[in-house]
Amino acid sequence: MKAGILAAAAAAFTFAVAGGAQAGATLDAIKAKGFVQCGVNAGLPGFASPDSAGNWTGLDVDYCRAVAVALFNDPQKVKFTPLSAQQRFPAIQSGEVDLLSRNTTWTLTRDTSVGLNFAPVTYYDGQGFMVAKKLGVKSAKELNGATVCVQSGTTTELNLADYFRSNNMSYNPVVIENNDEVNAAFFAGRCDVLTTDASQLASTRASVAPKPDDYVILPEIISKEPLAPAVRHGDDAWYDIVKWVVYATIQAEESGITSKNVDEHLNSKNPEIQRLLGVSAGMGKALGVDEKWAYNIVKKVGNYSEIFERNVGMSTPLKLERGLNGLWTKGGLQYAMPVR
Amino acid sequence: MAGHVDTASSTAAERPPALSLGPIGWMRANLFNTWYNAILTVLIGWAILMIVPPLFRWAIVNAAGFDATSPQCRQATGACWAFVNEKMRFILFGTFPYAEQWRPLLATAIIVATLAAAANRRFWKPWFVAVSLGALALFGVLMWGGVLGMTYVENSLWGGLPLTLILSVIGLSVAFPFSILLALGRRSTMPAIKAICVAYIELIRGVPLVSLLFMASVMLPLFLPTGVNIDKLLRALVAFILFEAAYMAEAIRGGLQAMPKGQYEAADALGLNYWQAMRKIILPQALAISIPPLVNTFISTFKDTSLVIIIGLYDLLGTAKAALSDPAWRGFYREAYLFIGVIYWCFCFSMSKYSRWLEQDLNRGHKR
Repeated sequence: MKAGILAAAAAAFTFAVAGGAQAGATLDAIKAKGFVQCGVNAGLPGFASPDSAGNWTGLDVDYCRAVAVALFNDPQKVKFTPLSAQQRFPAIQSGEVDLLSRNTTWTLTRDTSVGLNFAPVTYYDGQGFMVAKKLGVKSAKELNGATVCVQSGTTTELNLADYFRSNNMSYNPVVIENNDEVNAAFFAGRCDVLTTDASQLASTRASVAPKPDDYVILPEIISKEPLAPAVRHGDDAWYDIVKWVVYATIQAEESGITSKNVDEHLNSKNPEIQRLLGVSAGMGKALGVDEKWAYNIVKKVGNYSEIFERNVGMSTPLKLERGLNGLWTKGGLQYAMPVR
Repeated sequence: MAGHVDTASSTAAERPPALSLGPIGWMRANLFNTWYNAILTVLIGWAILMIVPPLFRWAIVNAAGFDATSPQCRQATGACWAFVNEKMRFILFGTFPYAEQWRPLLATAIIVATLAAAANRRFWKPWFVAVSLGALALFGVLMWGGVLGMTYVENSLWGGLPLTLILSVIGLSVAFPFSILLALGRRSTMPAIKAICVAYIELIRGVPLVSLLFMASVMLPLFLPTGVNIDKLLRALVAFILFEAAYMAEAIRGGLQAMPKGQYEAADALGLNYWQAMRKIILPQALAISIPPLVNTFISTFKDTSLVIIIGLYDLLGTAKAALSDPAWRGFYREAYLFIGVIYWCFCFSMSKYSRWLEQDLNRGHKR
């Protein structure tokens, strides 16, 4: 016990010397205890789920690890708290978790009255429709009178009602509470249309559908679901770190830096890359972390593309395309602010 | 001998009619004895024919092998037991460090063995309390570790069967003494004590367990200063204890009220004071009467532990659900639920079997 306290004190002292920035209460506490407490989904394929050996994997999980790497240069210095949808906000407000990386949609009320500060969006999602190919439907506008399978108690259900009302169409909802059962009902032919977030539709088609080619996802996306990590109000230094961890992964992809070639880029003459990787000092000091923070993140966790492809990309059972999550230079929305 | 020969060669008229003996006779007497029983028999027989062969084909004939990969499983038309094979350790032990999972296995075995021993009346001695506490301590040592070269594992990593067991065992064994006091308090002649007990029982019984768990996990942290966190498992345990104590108190009150007044008067006549009378005369009989409702509470508590999934603890149901969220193994929920269903059934069925045996064993004196 004594050794633990000493080690923590020593770690805190080291960081106090290394980090020049004014740190807030949350950041101090994290540095003192030596790990990041991260709230994640209790089980969402591709975003947060424990593998057969109980190790957490997923896109949301990797961002927790990236933040841990920025602070402690160790992707294992993070503890996961699985949270239900109802629990997530009390957990972050009360300080039970330091970081909420749990496929949470960034909205105005959550940013204000719920008391969260959102880091950049790690996954742009939106609600879509899937139908059986044999119906010959090409657009959601042709769905008048359709039977729609939808999960109850979600914004999905409300968006669905809004969309059909605003387009003067009628529909018969088949409302089911459990996600697996919604899918089962759709593939058993109980409804013409399945609606949920487009990423979920794609992965459901890829990994649950009996014959994926028999189903098409319609082009209309009827809602905006930007999923972003969040911290609570009151510690700007901590918020800055989480924010720039996300930007660092996006900037690394844009600069062509991957976990494989990051060491070669240390010799790069490009000042942008030199600043990012800490070859020319200053960025780490400004954030209050080690100058090698971004180098460590890319080396140990990867750039945005690597994180995406490893967890939800085309080589995984989910088979999601980059789409909106492509870089801004490739027609997507992922755009990192300049590191300087 | 010659005199008995005629019994073997009795005439057809003397033999009992074939339709009232043997399997046909048994069916006539038990399955087709009235017209509505006949209809029910036919309906149930039809249902069995409809359900069992497809189930058999799904579960055994068309099932993919135990070592099948997930794509092979999706090709198969039957069950995918490879899912259970792959996820068995995760479902049973949750996120407990993989290399150390012999510890929860051993800890679970210790708890089950202690429960099995506690079921035997030969061990109903004061020293067995010490043994049980020792077993619990051993469970804690194995699960937490931190001594004897075992690495420390914090209880937020516990999951699966050991979590389900510890929630129900600790929940019930702590709630039990409280429930006796509450039941006695509710029957007390002292108005203040009676009012407190009645208020507590009715308040707790008036809300669902889910809301208590929510209070413990969602509301409580907001009242505490930032940074002060009471352990999640402890919060869930306290909610369980509060809840089960109220329910068991009512079961025991039923037993107390079933006691004839003469028993109380006899205790008074012997000059026993209140606690002596309760301990030596009233409670042993009242608790024996309360066994069926108590076991009912035990069984429902064991299953209610699955509600902790809403506060983010991975009990047996939680680990099964989390196992289903592995992208490679999505959609095999039938196999997952069947697997944990069998585990739940084994525990609940042994509890109910044991309670029936115990009931008969304790009521030898006055069987009704």
